[in-house]
Amino acid sequence: MMVGVQHYLFVSAVLASLGVIAMVSRRNAVSILMGIELILNAAALNFVAFGRYGPETAATPWLSGQIFGIFIIVLAAAEAAIALAIIIAIYHARASINADELQELRQ
Amino acid sequence: MTPGAHAAAWLWLIPALPLLGALLNGFFGKSMQQRWGTRPISLIGCGVLAAAFALSVYSFARLLGSDPRILEQSVWSWMVVGDLQVDFGFRVDPLSAVMILVVTGVGTLIHIYSTGYMHADAGYYRYFAYLNLFVWAMLTLVLGSNLMMMFIGWEGVGLCSYLLIGFWFTDVQKAVAGMKAFLVNRVGDLAFVVGAFALFWGLQRHDAATFDFEALRSAAPLLMHDTIFGFHLPTFVGICFFIGATGKSAQIPLYVWLPDAMAGPTPVSALIHAATMVTAGVYMIGRTSALYELAPGALTVVAAVGGATALFAATIGLVQTDIKKVLAYSTVSQLGYMFLGMGVAAFAGGIFHLMTHAFFKACLFLGSGSVIHAMHHEQDIRKMGGLRKYMPVTYRTFLVSTIAIAGLPPLAGFFSKDEILWKAWSSPLGNPVLWALGAAGAGLTAFYMSRLVFLTFWGECRADEHTKHHIHESPRSMTMPLVVLAVLAVIGGWVGIPAALGGRNHIEHFLAPSFGLEQSAADAHTGAPAGAGHATETAPGHASDTRGGGAGHGSAETPGHGGAVGTHATGHGHDPMEYVLMAVSVAIALLSIGLAHHLYVRRPELPERLATRFRGAYRTLLNKYWVDELYQATVVRGTHAVSRFLAAFDARVVDGIVNGAAAVTRFTSSLGGVVDRYIVDGAVNGIAWSFRTLGGQARRLQTGVVQSYVLVVFVGVAAIIVLSRFL
Repeated sequence: MMVGVQHYLFVSAVLASLGVIAMVSRRNAVSILMGIELILNAAALNFVAFGRYGPETAATPWLSGQIFGIFIIVLAAAEAAIALAIIIAIYHARASINADELQELRQ
Repeated sequence: MTPGAHAAAWLWLIPALPLLGALLNGFFGKSMQQRWGTRPISLIGCGVLAAAFALSVYSFARLLGSDPRILEQSVWSWMVVGDLQVDFGFRVDPLSAVMILVVTGVGTLIHIYSTGYMHADAGYYRYFAYLNLFVWAMLTLVLGSNLMMMFIGWEGVGLCSYLLIGFWFTDVQKAVAGMKAFLVNRVGDLAFVVGAFALFWGLQRHDAATFDFEALRSAAPLLMHDTIFGFHLPTFVGICFFIGATGKSAQIPLYVWLPDAMAGPTPVSALIHAATMVTAGVYMIGRTSALYELAPGALTVVAAVGGATALFAATIGLVQTDIKKVLAYSTVSQLGYMFLGMGVAAFAGGIFHLMTHAFFKACLFLGSGSVIHAMHHEQDIRKMGGLRKYMPVTYRTFLVSTIAIAGLPPLAGFFSKDEILWKAWSSPLGNPVLWALGAAGAGLTAFYMSRLVFLTFWGECRADEHTKHHIHESPRSMTMPLVVLAVLAVIGGWVGIPAALGGRNHIEHFLAPSFGLEQSAADAHTGAPAGAGHATETAPGHASDTRGGGAGHGSAETPGHGGAVGTHATGHGHDPMEYVLMAVSVAIALLSIGLAHHLYVRRPELPERLATRFRGAYRTLLNKYWVDELYQATVVRGTHAVSRFLAAFDARVVDGIVNGAAAVTRFTSSLGGVVDRYIVDGAVNGIAWSFRTLGGQARRLQTGVVQSYVLVVFVGVAAIIVLSRFL
């Protein structure tokens, strides 16, 4: 069986779906964050897959998909660092990181 | 600046010093008096006056050494309106010089006297503050170089007079007397202002608008043929000014306040209501004499009113029993003399009498104050008598001043009074009737003044035992001014010994440049040697006629008479009539004194019998011709009636209009209110309600549950993807 681009896309869709499910179903802010990471990685996987199997054009030169993947990993790291810092700050203030209870901005 | 005038940068200090004293005593006097007693207050009060006097003497000395005799200082330009420029300026000319010397000199003596007289008064500091303020106002009045400056002083002295008459304001009668003085003065002030405006209006039409006195003297002839409301303009202005003068200087018909003004402390009566303030009217007429020269009609009014007042007030003085009231009516009468002199264009004579009167009347008032002080504030001369052995200094000075006012030579009153009487007879504006009024007044004056002396100082003491026991001579602070003033009352007249008696009449020559039209014309002719010979050929009384009419002044026909009307009339030729009149007036005075002696010393029961015999006349005089009652019935009640009418008019008509307008406004605004409430507010509230409802619906989306937001996002993304497939 030839491993083609559709296989990658299938894995990526599964990862994204798992991420969404994690975000929607979990209340713990850290779990939600983990869901976001899954979605981001699904997207990165897509970029790499398209970069490997897609045509090489002027708009999409060689390795451009992989470079996007690396960008996303870096951004995900930065995003995780900031999000965790916010979560720690919230925990200090309220002794809880339950997302349902963070409703101050809603009147 | 007047051409040729000398700059004198110190002039502002003369009025400023008393003002400084008034401010110091007025603002800090109370605490000073509580902390250190009366001494610092006296020092400030008398010190500033003495300094002002010294400056006045200095100015006088400088004035004598300058030619022409004018010192001037313009402190700043007060107002500039169109062509009119009014300076805040001071000027010393011979007339002002005499006035400031009298005001500061007599004023200083009276301040010193006051330190003794007011010693025990709780309002000592207030008294000195007012007194200094008065001197400031009076000095501004006489030093001011224009009509507006004079008006500052004019109102200022009126205010201070009010404050000092009502000094003991807890006594309602005294407070009322102050009010009366103020209100009566206002009547005169109104006329003064009207006169000033008319003058301005008249000069404006010739593009010569000015209030400056020196400029007025050259500009006045422009008005010669002008009319206002159909009246001759100079006459109208002159009469307006004179009405102002009758208020300030207590002449018929506005004299009524002055006798009541005796409610003030006695030194105040001496300073304000005898020696200085009341002479402001005389001074003003002298100051505006150029205008009066164009208006013989106005001068005639002045002379007639002055003569009538001289006699009228003297008759009231005959029967008064309050020592100060006698002196008050005497003052009114003497002021009448001054106006008589002014009215016959003997301006120098009037001012001369003003000066001598200041000396002896101040002395008399201060003497009466000394008596009142000793008698424990008893003022009724029927309860006095025999005081000469208790109070020798007061008695002697009082006697000297009485002789001076009675007009016996060689005391001051003789020369000045005689000058006026002679001019009333001989001047082109004078006539025997005016002379007779004056002479009769002089006789009455001699009579009531001797009566005052006899009743107060001679005979047996009629006071009760307690008072009698305490009668004492006053302290030195009070007797010293008396002595100085008595000496002045003797020698003060010697500066004006008429040529007929071998004198030089210095004061007349000194004052002459201040009067009449344009100064340059006056200078050109005074003392011209050729003129003197000419004057002997003309009758002295008529030599000045041409100037009296305001025409042809400075012409070749009138050499040697460049000054004011009549002031140079008695050049060399002495009319024998002058000696006759002099003898007559002395004889009248002696006779009156003799009669008084007969009635009040030799046969003291006679006056009583005369009073019962001529009951009607006696009661009329005692009640001062019922003039106060007449004014009460006409002017005061008339004013009340008018006020009541106006009040009713105000309540019915004016208030009715106002209330009607208010009702209309209320109705229209109630309509507006309905519109506002239902339409405008309805629109605003409706908009608010719709946003609120929409917002209420929209906020349901914001659940606050993060998971639902995520779900919405993904469902939305999915929907977009699905839709993009099919669209």
